[in-house]
Amino acid sequence: MASSDQDGRKAPRKVVARAVMRLSPRDNVAVALRALKSGETVMLDGTPITIRANIAVGHKLAAQTIEKGAIILKYSCPIGTATSAIAPGEHVHTHNVESNYLPTYELPK
Amino acid sequence: MLQGYLRADGRKGVRNVVVVAYLVECAHHVAREIATPFRERGVHLIGFPGCYPNPYSLAMMEKLCTHPNVGGALLVSLGCEGFDKRQLKRTINASGRPVLTVGIQDVGGTRRAIAAGRAWLESILPAIGQQQPVAMGIDELTVGTICGGSDATSGLTANPAMGVAFDLLVADGAKTIFEETGELIGMEDLMAARAANPALGAELKRSVAKAATYYATLGYASFAPGNADGGLTTIEEKSLGAYAKSGQSTIAGVVKPGIAPPRKGLYLLDVVPDGEVRFGFPNINDNAEIAELIACGSQVILFSTGRGSVVGSAIAPVIKVCANPDTYKRMEDDMDVDAGRILEGRATLPEVGREIYELVQRIGNGEPTKSEALGHQEFILTYKSFEPLGPACLPV
Repeated sequence: MASSDQDGRKAPRKVVARAVMRLSPRDNVAVALRALKSGETVMLDGTPITIRANIAVGHKLAAQTIEKGAIILKYSCPIGTATSAIAPGEHVHTHNVESNYLPTYELPK
Repeated sequence: MLQGYLRADGRKGVRNVVVVAYLVECAHHVAREIATPFRERGVHLIGFPGCYPNPYSLAMMEKLCTHPNVGGALLVSLGCEGFDKRQLKRTINASGRPVLTVGIQDVGGTRRAIAAGRAWLESILPAIGQQQPVAMGIDELTVGTICGGSDATSGLTANPAMGVAFDLLVADGAKTIFEETGELIGMEDLMAARAANPALGAELKRSVAKAATYYATLGYASFAPGNADGGLTTIEEKSLGAYAKSGQSTIAGVVKPGIAPPRKGLYLLDVVPDGEVRFGFPNINDNAEIAELIACGSQVILFSTGRGSVVGSAIAPVIKVCANPDTYKRMEDDMDVDAGRILEGRATLPEVGREIYELVQRIGNGEPTKSEALGHQEFILTYKSFEPLGPACLPV
């Protein structure tokens, strides 16, 4: 998915597709509808938000400040608990969220 | 209107496959050698590798060898294995299908067993090839759904689009099955609220709790490293996407592997074994689940993928719905539907849902899927143990 980083530098499209989307009004995360670059500013529900990491399509970003221990809500459903404080626009993933059921297995880097 | 192959029990198949089934790993090579020259003529290889008897695997093989998509079966036995080959042959015989058992020890080894198996296939294939299909309604269709190689786009595009297709199929009177209770962890309350009655709702919750306990004992969730690479953070997030495959219909019941839904509507297939944890992971990969969906009578499988799975299956066509637009561009040859268009704003969820619904009917009419055209015929069956369905699982 790294190759899609260049998408953000293409000439302006006629139809501007949304870059990020909050799936439900209660959610504290939004999802990337395209690859996002650290430092770019995108609109989320009419408010600008600065992206603080390179975020691949489908991945999540904080839509607001998330306190350590807060439940992560996506589509109004709890999908885990924040293991550290997360600032708006930061990548929300396995490095700062854990399951409330079973641990997530990743290959050693 | 579809075209199907009418079987003696009144069910109709959308394919007319002959299966060659090895009854222990020791017969696998001989079975594969028998089947390979006939691959383009609808001969599929299935089998069970274990030498110890197991009621689940016997029941699975009985259901698979008498599946509506199957027109005949060749059983390949070494001779000393624990599989109850006589019971399996009786079941196939009683279904009116041609069946032969080749015993490798009986006929005098590998070479003679291969020759005997190939000669029998040559003798039955002309009649099977000449069977004329008959008219078939969508209400005679059972469709199973699975996701594999999921990423965070799966739950945004392909899975909810397959849910839309499921709703359309249910409205037409079809039977639809969704599965993998280990990937419904976290969804138990939402799912119970959709049950036909509260007692069934309690069964749905119980099946997910069983899955959570089973996976906790084994130390892993039903979650592959690629899921996390693709943006899924936890099993409950993966579940949220997987659950969208079920659509919006009322949940009519819970079935277990090999049990066909008795009436039209949406059913959950509980794939996690009952009792203490034995025999390892419930389903060691996606094809183990596909085999179970087929054993429940599914003639067509809907398979969503974000990372890019390439599998098909023996016996039933597998329609691959690609969730991720980047994956589709990379692996278009393997994908039947480009659901990532939803993410790019090039199509809506209802449009892709209807496209899948219409494709199910074309595939049901004989059009090959991408994986069929590429020759994919994956199959796997392992050990499990189940108790009978509880009385609340299939409310009338």
